[in-house]
Amino acid sequence: MQFSLNKKAALISLVVTVVCVVVSFYGSRKLQNFDPALIAYLFGTLFALFGGIYRYCVWLQRPPTWLYFKRTWQLVFTGQFFVHGWTLIIDAIKNLLFQQFIYPRGKKRWIAHFMLASGCMAAFAITIPLTLGWINFTLDPATALDPGMIKRYNANFFGFKVMSFQLGSALAFFIFHALTWCSWLVIAGAVIFLVRRLTNAGLIASQTFEGDLLPLILLIIISVTGLGLNFSYAFMKGIAYDFMSVTHAISVILFLVWIPFGKFFHIIQRPAQIGAHIYRREGEKKGMAVCPHTGKEFTSQLHVDDLKTVTKELGFDFTLEDGSSHLDYSPEGKRSLLAKAHLKARQENGKLFG
Amino acid sequence: MEVTAYKTDMEFFVDMQRCIGCKACEMACAECETNGHESMIHVNYVERAVTIQTTVQVCMHCDNPVCARVCPADAISKDDFGVVHTANTARCIGCSNCVMACPFGVPIKEEKYDMMMKCNMCYDRTSAGKKPMCATVCPSQALFYGTREEISRMRPNSTPVNTFLFGAETVTTKVNIMMPKGSTHLRIH
Repeated sequence: MQFSLNKKAALISLVVTVVCVVVSFYGSRKLQNFDPALIAYLFGTLFALFGGIYRYCVWLQRPPTWLYFKRTWQLVFTGQFFVHGWTLIIDAIKNLLFQQFIYPRGKKRWIAHFMLASGCMAAFAITIPLTLGWINFTLDPATALDPGMIKRYNANFFGFKVMSFQLGSALAFFIFHALTWCSWLVIAGAVIFLVRRLTNAGLIASQTFEGDLLPLILLIIISVTGLGLNFSYAFMKGIAYDFMSVTHAISVILFLVWIPFGKFFHIIQRPAQIGAHIYRREGEKKGMAVCPHTGKEFTSQLHVDDLKTVTKELGFDFTLEDGSSHLDYSPEGKRSLLAKAHLKARQENGKLFG
Repeated sequence: MEVTAYKTDMEFFVDMQRCIGCKACEMACAECETNGHESMIHVNYVERAVTIQTTVQVCMHCDNPVCARVCPADAISKDDFGVVHTANTARCIGCSNCVMACPFGVPIKEEKYDMMMKCNMCYDRTSAGKKPMCATVCPSQALFYGTREEISRMRPNSTPVNTFLFGAETVTTKVNIMMPKGSTHLRIH
C-alpha cells in the first residue's frame, strides 16, 4: 500500500499536538503536578491525538465528507443560530451520550453499547486529564498536619482547587474507584458484543478478526488488568501488581495508538451524524425534489443538487442529453427506468423472453 | 471474511421481464443473516397506472460503486470478490447519499435504525458456497445464480450484459442482466 503524507493534515495535527503539550506543561504548573509514572501513557495519548486529528483531516478532505461538514456549519450559522444550537445539544445528548439510534436495532445491543461507550467515555474523561497533568489530587494542607482532624483531599484542575472531599467518605470511595466502575461497564458491554459476534451467523460471515474481534478483546484486556491493579493491592497484598501494571500499560498504549486507524475511529466520526440530521431538516425546509417518474417527493432538492456536484468531483457524470440528470430520479424511479429500458430492448428484439 | 468458500465461477443473472411480482424473493431475502432478517430486495410495479409490469432489483455490485464513493463516512466497502457490502453499522451516519446516488436505486435508508442497508448478495450463504436466498426461491427464474455455462444452456437466445449507460456515465457491474442475444450493453436513457 502506498503511503503519501497529507501535508495539510500533518500541519494541523502537529499544531494541535504542540498546543496540547504547551497547555499540559503550563496546566501541570511546569510539570509539578505531572505524574512521571504516567509518562508512557502520555506519549500514547499524544500519538493518539496527532493520529486522530491527522486522520480526521484526511477524512474531511474527501469530497462528500467535506460537503457535509461545510453545509452543516453553513446551515448552523445562517440564521436561527440559537435554534440550531439547541437542536445540536439535544441531538448530541440523544445520539452521542445515549446512542439512542442503536435501541431500535436491538435492546440488548443498545444496553451493551451504552455500557461500553459510557465506560470508555468516562475513563477517557478521567485518565486523559490525569495523564496530561491537568488534574491532580493533594492532601488538604489545613487538615494534613493536625492528627486529630479528619483528613480532606483536594481535586485540582490546572492547579486550581475545584473540589474537596473527606478521606474515607462514600464520595472518596466513589471517586478513587471511578475507573473500577468504568472497567465493569466496559467488561459487561464488551462480553455481550463478543458473544454476539461469536454466535450471530451474519456477523460471523462478514466480520474480520482485526476489525471487529480484536478491539473487543483489547478493551476486555485493558479493563481486566485495570481491575487487577485495584484487586492486587486491595485483596491480594500486592501480588502480581507488576504484571498487571505492565500488561495494562501495553494494552492501553496499543489502544491509544490504534484509535486513529481502526474500529475506534468511529468514536471520532459519530458526531457527523448530527450534521446529517441538520442537513436533512434544513434541506426539507428549503424544498423537496419530485421524481419525474413517480411524481412523488423523495429527498430535498439541496441533497439532489449537492450529489450532482459531488459525483462530478468524484469522476461520475450522470448528466442526460436534455441537460437533466439520472440523479433527478428517485430510487423507485431509477428501478422502473431500468425495467422500462430492458423491456424496450426485448421488444425491439421481437421476443420478450430469451 | 478471511476463511471463505466463495465460488468465483458462480454469477448472478437477472431477467426482470420474467418477474411475475410474486414477492417470494422478498420473503426469502428476510431469511438472510447478514441483513439481520430485513428484506432488502426490491419488487415494484413499473408504471401501475398503465401496466401490470413488475420489476425486481438486487444490488448490482458495481465495479466502481458510486454508493461507496459518495459515502462521507467510508462505511461501504467492496471485497476481493467484488461484493459491495452493506454499510458498516459503526460508521454509517444515515445521510442517504448512497440511497440517492445509486444509479440502480438499491440502498434503503432504514429510518428506524438511522442507517443504510442493502443487499450484500447473501454473504453468509455465498461465502459458504451457497446461492443467495432470492435466487433459490424465484419461481420464474427472473433471478438466477449459477455458472455461465448453466445460463447459456438455459437461455440460448440471451446474452448476459453488465454494462449500463446512464446518459454520459457508463457503469459496469458484477451482476448481469439477461439481454437479447448479441447485446453488449443496456442504455437506460
